[in-house]
Amino acid sequence: MGCTPDHPQSTFNVAGPVAESQLTLFYWILAAAVFVFVIVTAILFWAVFRYRRKVDDKDPEQIHGNTKLEIAWTILPAIILVFVAIPTVITIFDNANSPCTYEEGCLEVTVEAAQWFWNFTYKDPSNPDLEVMTSNEMRIPVDEVVNIKLTSRDVLHSFWIPNIAGKLDIVPNHVNTMWIQSDIEGEFYAQCAEFCGIAHALMSFRVYADSREEFNEWMKLQATEASIPAEPLALEGKKLFEGEKQCYACHKVMGTKARSNVGPDLTHVASRTQLAAGILDNTQDNLRKWLEDPESIKPGNKMARQATVYTDETKKLNDPEISALVAYLQTLK
Amino acid sequence: MVSIPFPVVRPLKPVGIWGWLTTIDHKKIGVLYGTTAFILFLTGGVEALLIRLQLAIPNNTLVAPEVYNQLFTMHGTTMIFLAIMPLGAAFFNFVIPLQIGARDVAFPRLNAFSFWTFLAGAIILKMSWVLGGAPNAGWFGYAPITGKIFNLGHGIDFWIVGLQVLGVASLAAAFNFIVTIVNMRAPGMTLMRMPIFTWMTLITSILLVLAFPVITVALIELMFDRTFGTVFFVTSGGGDPLLWQHLFWVFGHPEVYILILPAMGIISEIIPTFSRKPIFGYNVVVLSGVIIGFLGWMVWSHHMFTVGLGPIANSIFAITTMLIAIPTGVKIFNWIATLWKGSIDLKSPMLYSIGFIVLFVIGGLSGTMHSSAASDAQQQDTYFIVAHIHYVLFGGSLFAIFAGIHYWFPKVTGRLMNELSGRISFLLLFVGMNITFFPMHFLGLDGMPRRTYTYSSEMGWDLWNLVATLGVFFIIAAVLLFLHNVTRSWRKGEKADSDPWDGRTLEWSIPSPVPEYNFVEIPIVKSRDDFWEKKRSGDTSEIELNLREPTGDIHLPQPSYWPAFASLGMLIGGFGLVYLLDSMLGLLAAVVGGMIIMISIYAWSFEPVNDPDVSGHH
Repeated sequence: MGCTPDHPQSTFNVAGPVAESQLTLFYWILAAAVFVFVIVTAILFWAVFRYRRKVDDKDPEQIHGNTKLEIAWTILPAIILVFVAIPTVITIFDNANSPCTYEEGCLEVTVEAAQWFWNFTYKDPSNPDLEVMTSNEMRIPVDEVVNIKLTSRDVLHSFWIPNIAGKLDIVPNHVNTMWIQSDIEGEFYAQCAEFCGIAHALMSFRVYADSREEFNEWMKLQATEASIPAEPLALEGKKLFEGEKQCYACHKVMGTKARSNVGPDLTHVASRTQLAAGILDNTQDNLRKWLEDPESIKPGNKMARQATVYTDETKKLNDPEISALVAYLQTLK
Repeated sequence: MVSIPFPVVRPLKPVGIWGWLTTIDHKKIGVLYGTTAFILFLTGGVEALLIRLQLAIPNNTLVAPEVYNQLFTMHGTTMIFLAIMPLGAAFFNFVIPLQIGARDVAFPRLNAFSFWTFLAGAIILKMSWVLGGAPNAGWFGYAPITGKIFNLGHGIDFWIVGLQVLGVASLAAAFNFIVTIVNMRAPGMTLMRMPIFTWMTLITSILLVLAFPVITVALIELMFDRTFGTVFFVTSGGGDPLLWQHLFWVFGHPEVYILILPAMGIISEIIPTFSRKPIFGYNVVVLSGVIIGFLGWMVWSHHMFTVGLGPIANSIFAITTMLIAIPTGVKIFNWIATLWKGSIDLKSPMLYSIGFIVLFVIGGLSGTMHSSAASDAQQQDTYFIVAHIHYVLFGGSLFAIFAGIHYWFPKVTGRLMNELSGRISFLLLFVGMNITFFPMHFLGLDGMPRRTYTYSSEMGWDLWNLVATLGVFFIIAAVLLFLHNVTRSWRKGEKADSDPWDGRTLEWSIPSPVPEYNFVEIPIVKSRDDFWEKKRSGDTSEIELNLREPTGDIHLPQPSYWPAFASLGMLIGGFGLVYLLDSMLGLLAAVVGGMIIMISIYAWSFEPVNDPDVSGHH
């Protein structure tokens, strides 16, 4: 009833060892809890119905206690708790210590969380020459340990891919580390799980677990600079982006004049499946809607509140300009 | 004759509104606490209703995101600080002096001051809604989002000042009840003869005295960050957000027991009374209360399992948290053993108490589930936790409060509540509570994070969110029926005699409603459940004495203006602190408020307990 593994963020649909260990532990404790609940409520209801007051009830015997019983129901729960505590502590340590660190040859991804998007920086011992930084979409090789370093640019956030691993908070001025692994190729939903302000509900991203070959291909693509568009409309968009509309002031498109990291990296934005941190499918329509009125899609976002094209009526984007920008962004494959 | 520095005529027998404003009678103050807190409880309920309506369907636009954040912040803050805590205080006030055989609390004027200061804090917090926006960072107010960089408005300032003022009220009340319980028990009432509710009140008061200074420090630091530019929590200045989390939860976890121990105390009175048996294992029930209070200080980091404290800290806090399940379980077993072989009368107080046990067991077990830190990594900050806290605080604390209201209502008003109405509202509340909160377990395990104002349909959360929202209407019906029952019974209910439930403790030995002086003769206590033992012994002479009119004068303290006046200073000064940096008016209000507080306390200190010119009062 509650276990709905087909839902995208279900903790019952486990894809990797970390989430699996957490689910196993959950089932184990759930069994103990249900066991205790059934016994306690059964005795409670039995007592209530068995000993209901009858009309001419005399005072019952004034029993003040029983030391043996007290000892028994102190020790029995303690024993049950020992059986909960042991697997708990084992799992805590297992999940804390990476089985294969970066130094031992496994991928490391540094996550930077910001209100309200994500940056991912890759350090892959198998691709030592590739420098990859991307936003709002994470790709990992299947069946491999991935080490995660968590940093925050502003407030608290939390890194959570329910199918793959339980969450770890992202705390400014701290670097938290964890490891994840997916044993299944596919798409996984991830969402910020610590309240981080007005658009907290809209701070998601997607994780794709690919074969090692696909992952290497993707790494190569992400490491390349953006190509210059051939189509005139897209070229017009590039001009607006790097010119009077000042998109470059906040975004990065590698190989161009846009080098800022205030907003998400857009070098390969067209290669991603989602827009605006996992909340819109990456389609032409959605991109247009986003550029028309970002505030209505993600309230409070910096672009809507600070970019002059949205704050200054005279600099507002008109339809042809939006079309040009959409065309340009769609070439950033 | 003592000279009074401020020649204000002391109110002697004020009537009407002045009677309430100047009262220092613990019973009247209890009624003030109860009614005020219940009204505030209703406002917290409206906040909750709006939250549930917004989440009823995916992509809903009923409530704007910013307002939603204010709603969940105020809902949590209201229910904890303005509803459950003061409703507990209402019971402390009304019941404790009667249970220990005293004429009032140790410091009656301080008691009045506690109430009025609580009201001042509540007004400051709630006024934020109409003065530019309520606080919006959650009831836990995690740094750094509470800082000026991320939060320019005054919402957070209202939250800080409101909580500080409420802290003053709570601390004053806690000291008062510790001194009252330690010093003012009737002769013969040793500590181990005290009713369990009195015991739990004592433990709760000690927890309050120790816990509130911790959040006071945290709030002062935050206030300094926001007002004077310090960087305790400002991360760009090298501040540490985890400092806030540790301080908040070192307070916050004992706070959970501050909310639940009085509830356990109420249940421990009702179950024996309606089973006609003494509490099973009195010593063990008291001791487990003490142990819970003590262990409550060693578990705070279980609120921080996903913060990254490392496997050693997480393991230790997981184990200490599991340990708390043992004394809690012991209490539950002792309640059930009290029922065992009893003569159980399922009147509404008893129904609520049994409902409490069932719901609290669910909440306790889900709590044990999150004590497993590794598994909790999936549950932390999801609706699973929301379900858990509502089973503990709604199913637990609130059910006990409803039980207590039905139980002591005849002692307060001299009339019985309507039994049928009570049973129906219990049923509605029990059903509605489960329909609303049980599905939240599923939502949490299905990956729905807390504090999110919207969700998309593809997440698969539609059904249980809708069900949860529908359950709210049962809760509303239950509360409305309950309110109708209270207001109607207060005026027209069946008259209650002094001992309608065949009670066991001293409050049932005196008339209903209780006369101003409580006891004609302070009873001499010879055993635990002294009243019951005296009733059953056949010698009722001592009992009858307390049901008669007194023959001579009874010494009672007199009403006073100063407590309420000092609290007015708190209110004005509080608003001043919120607007301190905005204008001279803010600074002025802060100074004026401070002066009113000082003048009032000065006048109060020199006010004689009894005006020497007046004699013969009761």
